[in-house]
Amino acid sequence: MEVDRADGRAPNQRRPVACTRGILHRAHGSASWAQGDTKVIAAVYGPKAGTRKNENPEKACIEIIWKPKTGQSGKPEREYEMVMKKTLQSICLLNVHPNTTTSIVIQVVNDDGALLPCAINAACAALVDAGTPLKHLAIAICCCMSENGQILLDPSKIEEQKVKSFVYLVFPNSIASVLPEGSLKSEGEIMEHGILTSVTHGVMTVDDYFSCLKLGRPAAAELSDFIRNNLKLKPGNDSSKAA
Amino acid sequence: MVGSANGATDLSSEMEVDAFRRLFPLRFHERHLLESVRPDARSLGKARETSLALGAVASADGSALAKIGCTTMLAAIKMEVMTPSKEAPDEGCVAIDFHMPPICSPIVRPGRPAEAAPVVSKHSGMIDLKELSLVSGKAAWMAYLDIYCLDADGALFDAALLAAAAAFSHLQIPVVSLNDDGRIVVVSKENGEKAKNKPVNEEKRKLKLRSIPFALTCILHKNYILADPTAEEESIMDTLITIVLDTSCQLVSLYKPGGPALAYESVLQDCIALSRQRVKELQKILNEAILDMDVD
Repeated sequence: MEVDRADGRAPNQRRPVACTRGILHRAHGSASWAQGDTKVIAAVYGPKAGTRKNENPEKACIEIIWKPKTGQSGKPEREYEMVMKKTLQSICLLNVHPNTTTSIVIQVVNDDGALLPCAINAACAALVDAGTPLKHLAIAICCCMSENGQILLDPSKIEEQKVKSFVYLVFPNSIASVLPEGSLKSEGEIMEHGILTSVTHGVMTVDDYFSCLKLGRPAAAELSDFIRNNLKLKPGNDSSKAA
Repeated sequence: MVGSANGATDLSSEMEVDAFRRLFPLRFHERHLLESVRPDARSLGKARETSLALGAVASADGSALAKIGCTTMLAAIKMEVMTPSKEAPDEGCVAIDFHMPPICSPIVRPGRPAEAAPVVSKHSGMIDLKELSLVSGKAAWMAYLDIYCLDADGALFDAALLAAAAAFSHLQIPVVSLNDDGRIVVVSKENGEKAKNKPVNEEKRKLKLRSIPFALTCILHKNYILADPTAEEESIMDTLITIVLDTSCQLVSLYKPGGPALAYESVLQDCIALSRQRVKELQKILNEAILDMDVD
């Protein structure tokens, strides 16, 4: 395959992923997630009593606090917080702890592209570490469209700035179930092919978007296997790196 | 109202419709969806009536009032001369602010999806920032776009984008000239004749818009796709997907922030088909509004 990426990766190759859980002593759950040089630490506090204003007290409330690497958080951070909140709300079982708030603090350690997907993956691992009841996991990846129409997976910061558009996609994880295979499909669609969250930047054709989806799915399935194996390990153990 | 097998069946069969709507909002809506109709008598894929008025704010350089059903958005643009940055000496700048005053809704929630409005219009390539340049490296236009939500009744982003696009197509760039000190001054109408300096931008009074983006928000609920939801529908069924297509049917944004329903490929195709139709409708509405403006 033709290789023209700065770090010599194939277009559909992810950067190595590393995940460590239970790194913070005082947090109820914590995890660090690194994709290449992008690294994010997530900490979960809660459930704490009471919900914030304007939230439904019959359900649990999720609060995201995004801390950038340097400086104050501005508009982009607010947007990240909002997308993450909506995404994580839809994977949590909110009826289990009504009228409580769970805070998820995201600390960016280093941003080298695909920051939001990295943060979502970190938050997911931290939620598992905290023992928060979840429906399933969310697996986030980033695809981008280069100028020559090639689709690149998991771009670095330099690639992200060069390309004309990029897509953040979040899928549910692949489910390993004892149930017969047909029962997991809803109307003939496999659950992990459904998009939980999609955020795009820049102009692309509709077909390009669907090509990104096609490329993203196997990558999300790989990540899903990685996270499953990682979660089987005891927290605190540094994980094996996945290529 | 005939209930299905549910705990509330016996109650709902003898309840008034309004009470039923308040007590069991989800069942009220699902009962409508079964009949492929919505409480406001629209079919599922139909958007609300949309109207557009250009030049709503006389003191602004460009403005528009967009209404989609009850959702009302006012967009206004103010042009100012600024010194361009060193990195982009021949580009202007667009600064976008979205306001949701307490008047628009009983619950003003800051940080709504419409906050993403600036992201979209910048990346869509609607405006060539080079067009906003006056003197390379010395002066360029700064366009302050303010969008006010006057009535928030669902599909805020669609209305905000429509208002913004209309305001830019209404925009009349003020005439400016270079004075003796090499500074840019605005040529006002009264002293227009006696100004000895030739205006810099006499022929560049209108922005050339490359391709205008239009948005359609849909609700995904079970197997149903509801186009252009009202605030009530948004609060009950909370999987929203916003698709922004431009006039050449390129995808500008596909925004789905979580939600209990998953978007499968077939669903996405259906949503995109709905947006394509909507783009044509909105384009017609915008063109008519511009024509009306020219006649006046």
